Amino acid sequence: MRFLLVEDNAELSASVAARLGLEGHGVDRAGTLAEAQEFLAVVTYDLILLDIMLPDGDGRDFLARHRRAERETPVIVMTARSAVSDRVDALDTGADDYITKPFDFAELEARCRAVLRRKGGAAQTQRSFADLTFDPLAATLTIAGEVRDMRSREVRLMELFLNAPGRILSKEHLVDRLFSFTESVTDNAIEVYVGRLRKKLVGSRARIETVRGLGYRLTDG
Amino acid sequence: MRARLVWQLLLLAAALALILYVAVRVGAERASEATLDAVLGAAAQTMAEEMRSAEGGLVIDLAPGTFSMLAAMGEERIFYRVDVAGQTVTGYEDLPLPVALPSALAPTFYSVPFRDAEIRVAAVVRALRIDGRNAPVLVLLGQTREGQGAIANQLGNRAAALGLGVFLAAIPLSLFLARGLLRPIDRLAEAVGRRGAHDLRPVRHPAPVELVPFVTALNSFIGRLRGTLNQTETFIAEAAHHVRTPLAVIRNEAELALRQSGEEETRARLRGLIRSADDAARSTGQLLDHATVLYRAGQAEWAPVDLAVLTQEVATRLEPAAGMKDIGLKLTIAGPLPAVGDAVLIEAALRNILDNAIKYSEAETLVEVQAQTIGQMAVITVSDRGRGLSGVTHDRLKRRFRRGTNVADVAGSGLGLTIVDESAIAMGGSFELKERDGGGTCASLSLPLA
Repeated sequence: MRFLLVEDNAELSASVAARLGLEGHGVDRAGTLAEAQEFLAVVTYDLILLDIMLPDGDGRDFLARHRRAERETPVIVMTARSAVSDRVDALDTGADDYITKPFDFAELEARCRAVLRRKGGAAQTQRSFADLTFDPLAATLTIAGEVRDMRSREVRLMELFLNAPGRILSKEHLVDRLFSFTESVTDNAIEVYVGRLRKKLVGSRARIETVRGLGYRLTDG
Repeated sequence: MRARLVWQLLLLAAALALILYVAVRVGAERASEATLDAVLGAAAQTMAEEMRSAEGGLVIDLAPGTFSMLAAMGEERIFYRVDVAGQTVTGYEDLPLPVALPSALAPTFYSVPFRDAEIRVAAVVRALRIDGRNAPVLVLLGQTREGQGAIANQLGNRAAALGLGVFLAAIPLSLFLARGLLRPIDRLAEAVGRRGAHDLRPVRHPAPVELVPFVTALNSFIGRLRGTLNQTETFIAEAAHHVRTPLAVIRNEAELALRQSGEEETRARLRGLIRSADDAARSTGQLLDHATVLYRAGQAEWAPVDLAVLTQEVATRLEPAAGMKDIGLKLTIAGPLPAVGDAVLIEAALRNILDNAIKYSEAETLVEVQAQTIGQMAVITVSDRGRGLSGVTHDRLKRRFRRGTNVADVAGSGLGLTIVDESAIAMGGSFELKERDGGGTCASLSLPLA
């Protein structure tokens, strides 16, 4: 997916862009509202991540102009303010959702998925591997014409494997990505989810292999 | 202030009435005494003039008219004494003499007690030739003054009645005067009192010149209050921005480092770092939310709000957070629930309740949200299958920075339920937290319907 990130704090902007880049997303960074307008004039984005307090104006004004111009690109407001005071304003001026800083990337992705699902449009998000089609927005796996529903964590796990097919992913790595850092997770929790995902993959050439002592990997055949 | 003004006016009226009474009474007494003295003096003088010397003595021809003048003064008793060369020749020998003997024909007057009565005496001296010698003749004429006392009392009573009348007339007058004087202040107070809690415009009501300094001071105060409130709001927003943006950088960088590091020891440290950043972010968020709730609760910025729609919105908003743990949200919302309140406060309350339910629930459980009408209240109930309250009472958990005994492993500030409770109270509603049958917690937020 292609993101436009409008954030004036250079460090935060860099780290959010780096993080989104690691997930395979394209990110353009704008430090001001003027820059954001320049990007929007020439590039079509799947999603805009918008800060509220910017050096050349209020993000909410940008949002209002964006909606008046009838641009459909969904906007998620990233607010550092108290959730209470900004919420009504942001949603009233046409934001599709908001997330308070600091945020969990998994949650940001979940929110992006939810917004894109509501908007119904979004770019090509379906992915294919071996003989299966994976649709993270609809949370489905399609194998030989059979559509299988997935739960949220199964979707995220599937995405992790699809982002690095053939590579070994350690248990720790998967735990970090799948659970929040404040959750207490037992050692076999990840095995439970891998087990469930394997069941969803039954009948497909795609398989999740256990690499003893190292982790798991997604293979074709 | 009005009562004090009335009292002061009445006190003044009472003092005036008293002065009037004393002045009338003293004046009347003096006037009547002067009149009576003139008559008495004239009678004494007549007596003295009627005296003639005769063979071996003196003859007093008391003309019938002499005492008739005195008789006209009322039922008074009369005493007289005539001394010739210091010898009493007729009348009452014990009638007291004046302190200083009168010199010419002008009479001297004095009051003296005599025979169980207070009498007024006129003394007159004249010289008569008796037996070829000049002898001084002293004529004393005394008269009781009972009639005068009666007249004085009567006059005094009239004076008292007059004073009382003046005082009674002053009562309605004072009330009327006080009301008239205070009316501009009352009108001003009414104009200010009619304003909404959020109306911080300067007072433009017309006021008399004397009240202009007061109105100016009031307007200056309103201006300062508005400035302070605006500053508070801006401060809350700025503070949040300045704390949370660097926290976001810390968290993101730590997460990136975690992705890139292969060393388990470093990774464990990074996880701890992220947990602390989350903890700090959550606490600052709750503190600022709490400050906002307190600020807004005082503002009472109320508008019609549909609790059904709001509940739906909050639930939709928290769905991704619930999804992270594969927690299902089941909504049962009965029709529109129109209420009047501050949507921001209600949203804060609902979000905190639902956030708690998700936070303390195990993965892959169900959180049920029910919104319905019970009597005059809209009741929103959030039930989870989480860890429950472990016997800690609701009242205790509602207090600031109080947390349950069974939640040490989950990040929290202990302000969430305080925010819910304070929002509910500000809205004229209530909040209740109890153990759910079969395990978990059941939180109910009741808000009055429009």
